Amino acid sequence: MSDVLLDVRGLVVRYGKATAVDGVSFTLAAGEVLALNGPSGCGKSSTALAVLQLRRPDRGEVRFEGRRLTGLTERELRRVRPRLQPVFQDPYGSLSPRHRVRDAVAEPLKAQGRWDPSEGPARVAELLDRVGLDPSYGERHPHELSGGQCQRAGIARALASGPRLLVLDEPVSSLDPSIRAGVLNLLADLRDDLGLGYLFICHDRAVVRHFADRVIEMRDGRVTSEWSPRPPDAALR
Amino acid sequence: MGSEALLSVRDLRIAFDGTEVVRGLSFDVRPHEALAIVGESGAGKSLTGRALLGMQPREATASGSIRPDLSAHRGRRIALIPQDALSALSPVHPVGDQLAAAVRSVARVSRKEARSRAVAALDRVGIPDATRRARAYPHEFSGGMRQRAVIAMAAVNEPDILVADEPTTALDKDHRDQVLRILAEQRAAVGAALVLVTHDMDVVREHTDRVLVVYAGRLTEHGPTSEVLARPRAPYTAGLLASLPRHASPGSRLPVLRGTPPAPGTLPPGCAFAPRCPLAADVCHRSEPEPRQADGRLVACHRWTELPHPATDLFQETEERHSR
Repeated sequence: MSDVLLDVRGLVVRYGKATAVDGVSFTLAAGEVLALNGPSGCGKSSTALAVLQLRRPDRGEVRFEGRRLTGLTERELRRVRPRLQPVFQDPYGSLSPRHRVRDAVAEPLKAQGRWDPSEGPARVAELLDRVGLDPSYGERHPHELSGGQCQRAGIARALASGPRLLVLDEPVSSLDPSIRAGVLNLLADLRDDLGLGYLFICHDRAVVRHFADRVIEMRDGRVTSEWSPRPPDAALR
Repeated sequence: MGSEALLSVRDLRIAFDGTEVVRGLSFDVRPHEALAIVGESGAGKSLTGRALLGMQPREATASGSIRPDLSAHRGRRIALIPQDALSALSPVHPVGDQLAAAVRSVARVSRKEARSRAVAALDRVGIPDATRRARAYPHEFSGGMRQRAVIAMAAVNEPDILVADEPTTALDKDHRDQVLRILAEQRAAVGAALVLVTHDMDVVREHTDRVLVVYAGRLTEHGPTSEVLARPRAPYTAGLLASLPRHASPGSRLPVLRGTPPAPGTLPPGCAFAPRCPLAADVCHRSEPEPRQADGRLVACHRWTELPHPATDLFQETEERHSR
């Protein structure tokens, strides 16, 4: 397929003597949703952390936009991270409780030295609107939001730096059922509108079947199979 | 109907600082059945489940009636399986000792008899080599085994009612199904009824006989699980079911319940679900509907006869897509 965004080869992650990820390889194209599915402890979250280089893999290679991340220093990685952003499971845990939502959303831009005081606030308002939150929510603290609103704020923050790939680790697993569908629809819109690629970590097969273009099944740190929930013609859309 | 109930709950209300979180729930628990109490965060379902055991938080005030009052028989006639298996077991005592202590807290039996009942209970939940395992400490058990030990502890005195509070929320599907299978086996083995507090509609579908759907502390719909799920009559139930990905074709937009559940103390006038309800009419914003008999179940909705089936189209997103 065109435009390979992420190319993972022979990834190995060990924790002490335990091997969490044992030689995992896959590619992901721009605009594609690739799900990693499997039971607790199968290595899917460790794979996500290694792709993000938040946990340096013990062996193997991660290429993002053609660039080898596995050889980069932290300083070099910092220039790549804006385009490679995580969204985590626990929406409250991933936003600082002491900061207002607008500051949380602005934080990546400030950290990258790309904050423009004159245009920044409007950019934050635009991002909140983009994820279906009224910009007035920017003044609130995370505990004043529902779980679904909080997860939307987390997505807005991930979008702030203009990513091409989102690594979503169980992004809807802790959400109430009536909220989950809206967040999945939002993620589908963002993918369609911005051409984002998603590495989508999820243990819920019904969600995976609905949302992913391709599914990699993992067990005991290895890829056991790969399948597509969609008929071939639908995949073209 | 009342005569066959193990437990009858009438007009249960639980409030914190004058704010009602459970707002007048009435239902029965019948012998041997599996009853689901389903709802979202803050709906009051866990509070309700724990109230059956007289375990509401100290700062809460409760009114209404739960008959018979089993709170004095906790552990013997009614027992709780909490969500967090770790917190239910003491880290400093062997698992078997804890089960034996649970036996001796309600039955005047010898240590040896208590011990053998404890081992038998561990064996029943499928813990291999239960005699030896009974001497192990909780940290020597895997997460799945701990969860089973907690179920064994709840079932060891063969109660009439097991209350399981979100027993599978933190588990993946393989473990979830395993725990629910063990729960079903225990229910059969000791002849208990199960009250299963959950937000997972798939768990409700696969593992319960009757369901009580709770929204903002009130009954929304209550009846046989297969009938309620096959043809929901309350818009909230219909919306919840419609939004499940398993019912949608891959890649399609999911039907959505717009908005969020109200926080306790900030309830809208009338029906608490009205602001999110695609069927809401004037009356819904004025008066709160009482549960009424409808189609073999209880439904609290002014407009239930207007609900189409399937209701999927009602919940298609109408707000403009966020596109540029």
